[in-house]
Amino acid sequence: MEPVKIDARGLSCPQPVLLAMEAVKRGPGPYEILVDNPTARENVTRFFRRSGKTVSVSENGGDITLTAT
Amino acid sequence: MSEKRWLLAAGVLTGLCAVLLTFAGNPVNMGFCIACFLRDIAGGLGLHRAAAVQYLRPEIVGLVWGASLMALWRREFLPRGGSSPLLRFFLGFGVMVGALVFLGCPLRMVLRLSGGDLNALAGLLGFFAGILAGVAFLKRGFTLGRNYRQKKAEGLAMPLGVLALLPLLLTAPAFLFFSAEGPGSLHALVLLSLAAGLAVGAAAQRTRLCMAGGIRDVVLFRDATLLSGFLAIFLAALLGNLALGNFHLSLADQPIAHTDGLWNFLGMTAVGLGSTLLGGCPLRQLILTGEGDSDAACAVLGMIAGAAFCHNFGLASSAAGPTLPGMAACTSSLVLMAVIGLCHSAKSA
Repeated sequence: MEPVKIDARGLSCPQPVLLAMEAVKRGPGPYEILVDNPTARENVTRFFRRSGKTVSVSENGGDITLTAT
Repeated sequence: MSEKRWLLAAGVLTGLCAVLLTFAGNPVNMGFCIACFLRDIAGGLGLHRAAAVQYLRPEIVGLVWGASLMALWRREFLPRGGSSPLLRFFLGFGVMVGALVFLGCPLRMVLRLSGGDLNALAGLLGFFAGILAGVAFLKRGFTLGRNYRQKKAEGLAMPLGVLALLPLLLTAPAFLFFSAEGPGSLHALVLLSLAAGLAVGAAAQRTRLCMAGGIRDVVLFRDATLLSGFLAIFLAALLGNLALGNFHLSLADQPIAHTDGLWNFLGMTAVGLGSTLLGGCPLRQLILTGEGDSDAACAVLGMIAGAAFCHNFGLASSAAGPTLPGMAACTSSLVLMAVIGLCHSAKSA
């Protein structure tokens, strides 16, 4: 299934988590969230784990892709 | 070690450092107070002439550089900016107005509580109300816009500017101002203040410790991770104060505090709302500044300007209570924050 893609780069806390939360409410995923700072990475990862999802992280330059299934 | 344990450790460190600084000479219940310390720096630089609150607080240098060094070590120093810097300046300004009506930032609010100052309970309720209002804006899609990567100089400008306070403090040139009496004259040794600031700054960077974020995350996500740091500061400082005999439970006669419940509440409402819109409390803005976030630096500059205005125009409260101009300024700050909140919400008309 095609992942739900969200670009949360440059957004300050807690907006990346709010975007993730909205996406979870809209549909079952998988989700692919692009962030660019460690705080957003930790917060979004924590949110998905608390929602019972598995999260994988890949980094490319300054961009961090969080894939949650 | 889990995230929560790190936060608990950072909270305990912050609480104990605060008690130590008070023991070593800082004003009572003011081991740390970001609002008061920025206000003292504004006074030291002559931006206001309130003779009792002028000192270049080395804790601020330590907090920013503790965060910078930790961020550099963890490869998290990311120069960034461009997310509504001017609005952040004005939000920082409004946060300072609220803090000086209450007489303390959220960190000092917790430290006042741990010293038995019951007036801070009204502040805590107000802080909570302000965060609830901020969360309502966030749920409507509030954002100050994206930030963008910047050159190193942009990220380093404010940390280096803050560092320049240190030689000024040590050489004390005649054009600066240092209080001879009052809270500004009470301080720990420079080296101790600096070391405590560095330790807490590094810990706060590592853990993202944030007073406003703690309550916000519980309301928004039912996530108490950040709140645990907040609670650890309170408990550590409470135990420290009890051990040193500095716990005095009362409403009246508390140091650098007033007993007007309504304005203790409304002052901290402005701090809670402003901090939520900014994405973090005054301490967090300092830590982000250390990480190279020039938007947070704009909020800090707004707080310094706000402090100067507060003392130049009689807006700051005193032990006698809030002033009429202070009440007007605090109300105006709340209105300004609500307007910014509405104008920047995606779901606004």
